[in-house]
Amino acid sequence: MDFSLGERAEAFRDEVRAFLDEHLTTDVVERMHATGTFNDKDFNGAMAEAGLLAGAVPGYGDRDPIELYVLFNELEKAGAPYDGLAVTMLVAGVVNAVGTDVLREAVLPRLLSGRSNCCLGYSEPDHGSDVAAITTRAVRDGDEWVVDGQKMWTTMAHEAEWVILLTRTDPDVPKHKGLTMFLVPMDTPGIEVQPVPTMASERTNATFYDGVRVHDRWRLGEVDGGWAVMGVALAFERGVMGGTNPAVPLLRHVRSWAAEAPSPDGGTMADDPLLLERTARTAMANQVSQLLTLRAAWIAATGGLPGLEGSMAKLYATERYQQAVGWFQQMAGAEGLLSFGVDGAAADGWIDYDGRHSPVTTIYGGTTEINRNNVAERHLGLPRAR
Amino acid sequence: MDLNLTEDQETIREVFAAFFDGETGPERARAAEPIGFDTAAWDRLLETGAPAMGVPEAAGGGGASLADLAVVAAEAGARIAPLPLVDHAVAARLLADLGDPSACDDGILAGTTIVGLAVRPAVDGVARVVPSGAVAHRVVALDGDRLVLDRPESAGAPDGPGAGHLPNHGCLPLAHRDLAGAEVLATGPDAVAAHARAVDEWRTLTAATLVGIARTSVDLGVAYVMEREQFGRPVGSFQAVQHLLADLPGLVDGAHLLAAKAAWAGDRASAGIDGVLDVDHNDVTDFPALAAMALVAAGEAATIASDRSLHVHGGYGFSEEYDVQLYYRRARALAYVLDDPARECRRLARMLPAPGAGRGAA
Repeated sequence: MDFSLGERAEAFRDEVRAFLDEHLTTDVVERMHATGTFNDKDFNGAMAEAGLLAGAVPGYGDRDPIELYVLFNELEKAGAPYDGLAVTMLVAGVVNAVGTDVLREAVLPRLLSGRSNCCLGYSEPDHGSDVAAITTRAVRDGDEWVVDGQKMWTTMAHEAEWVILLTRTDPDVPKHKGLTMFLVPMDTPGIEVQPVPTMASERTNATFYDGVRVHDRWRLGEVDGGWAVMGVALAFERGVMGGTNPAVPLLRHVRSWAAEAPSPDGGTMADDPLLLERTARTAMANQVSQLLTLRAAWIAATGGLPGLEGSMAKLYATERYQQAVGWFQQMAGAEGLLSFGVDGAAADGWIDYDGRHSPVTTIYGGTTEINRNNVAERHLGLPRAR
Repeated sequence: MDLNLTEDQETIREVFAAFFDGETGPERARAAEPIGFDTAAWDRLLETGAPAMGVPEAAGGGGASLADLAVVAAEAGARIAPLPLVDHAVAARLLADLGDPSACDDGILAGTTIVGLAVRPAVDGVARVVPSGAVAHRVVALDGDRLVLDRPESAGAPDGPGAGHLPNHGCLPLAHRDLAGAEVLATGPDAVAAHARAVDEWRTLTAATLVGIARTSVDLGVAYVMEREQFGRPVGSFQAVQHLLADLPGLVDGAHLLAAKAAWAGDRASAGIDGVLDVDHNDVTDFPALAAMALVAAGEAATIASDRSLHVHGGYGFSEEYDVQLYYRRARALAYVLDDPARECRRLARMLPAPGAGRGAA
């Protein structure tokens, strides 16, 4: 085994780091938390101009899944806004893989400029984990489709140019077989976006579709072939586009805080035996999370489909992140409750932030329970329990 | 980056998997209790050359890397082989490294002389609870800043396999070793460093052993819940049971990757390549740090996996008849025989450079 990234990926990592050193300013980070939108078009545009985006689009660029992992891992570790970029890269990959030439030409250059975004229109108010059961209807009318329904958790919809929209085109067949995917321009009449504030700093949205007329050229994949397109999107994502190292910035912030914070027992918090133990356990879990994610990337890079390995990485990483947040939130006590910008806030408010953000990580992008079902059924070979 | 075993390692894995399948396993482990040593299996192992495998070729050994040894250790752990292979390999490498050819003699290379490692420093001239102390003809120990070799002819050495055995949780061949009259091999900072390096190798290979124990624990649990029926169906079809088990593959595979990375880092350190220790950016290639992490992670994987596996066996898991209890007890014994994992974590935390010493970032 060889755990070095290799010359090519290391050179790319150094490019990404150099970019972040220059462009990830305090302003960018503060703006992201103030707006609740983890998407910064200027930042994304600068990344595109630096040549870091197009090559890493899965299936399109000349960079492999390990380099895609490197890109998102560096963004995540640095605490950069990358939610919008992740969707951009994912949708660019899907459009490239299953879109028509017309669609590719209309969409890819704009997505790859970093200045246009997409949002994900999968979940609905009544259909989350059971996403194949969605009910948003698309009915054919000549060269057009008429879409009616509602989507939930359409994060970034308020500044996206497109929504990748999963619709039901045949309600009379088993649920997986009557779905069709579209890429719908968000300025199409009949689309309404309503903000959904969250307990953390991030904002998401509900989107409403009322008689929205979409030309057939915006269809992705076959009619009633939407589930296969979902499969393409999931295969590209493979758990390597961020989300498995959230405890790296947490640990960095906690260590900086502990080195300065006086302990009621004398010395600083960095001398506290329990803090020392938990620091080491978090550093260890961060390494394991990185290795499980790298394994998924490596399997993808060598021609495999690491769906289960991605599930394992997400299960492990998100539960350990939540555990670490709980530990450090307790240990920071009253000052740990104080928010960004408050004088005396432990770790400048990052502990409060992680405490607010961490609950969603075992929910979005495949819940812990869905991932456990995957591992139980497809890895351990246990009977289907649903 | 390459997460596959090398071709040679794949061969090593297959050969030792077959060997341990034939010569060890739960029945043999049970028969070797309480001492935890299978003389017949050890004699057969000598024929494979395994005892000298990790010793450099220049010192008369097989020249295998730490990564190669980790492959063997995981296969031994998966079958809870009652053999002091890890201790012998690590101690023999330490003796060979001292530069005195007589230290790692023919008996040690052949394995007819078993050498063990006192992983904890001696207290008042006694190496306490030495992992292979009840079966090792010789034991390398650190007494103050002196690296010493306890030999059979010196006072306090056991009369034969099993002498001085301390009955214990995991049925390991534990014994105290009195170091009075032990031969001094080296003194001063070099002696301390040589011992520390050997203990890091022991951490790495014991982590690999624990990964093997964890893996079989999962297999035993899954096999049992598929076979056992209650309420008219296999208990493995209940989601509550499934979800107890579904956390385990990631835990075990993560520990496996970390142990393999520690072995890789150990081999790089041997080749004179410096590692990095920057937890603020999750860049860690430093051998001592990875060895500590690997032991903690693998200990956790093995204790949790064997605990859940035993639990889903119901009452039978608690009975002596079922194999899972053998794995359960060895998981804890190997995870804790060096130290409390919490103290191991604090030791690791104290190794870390001050925050901000790495690359700059918000």
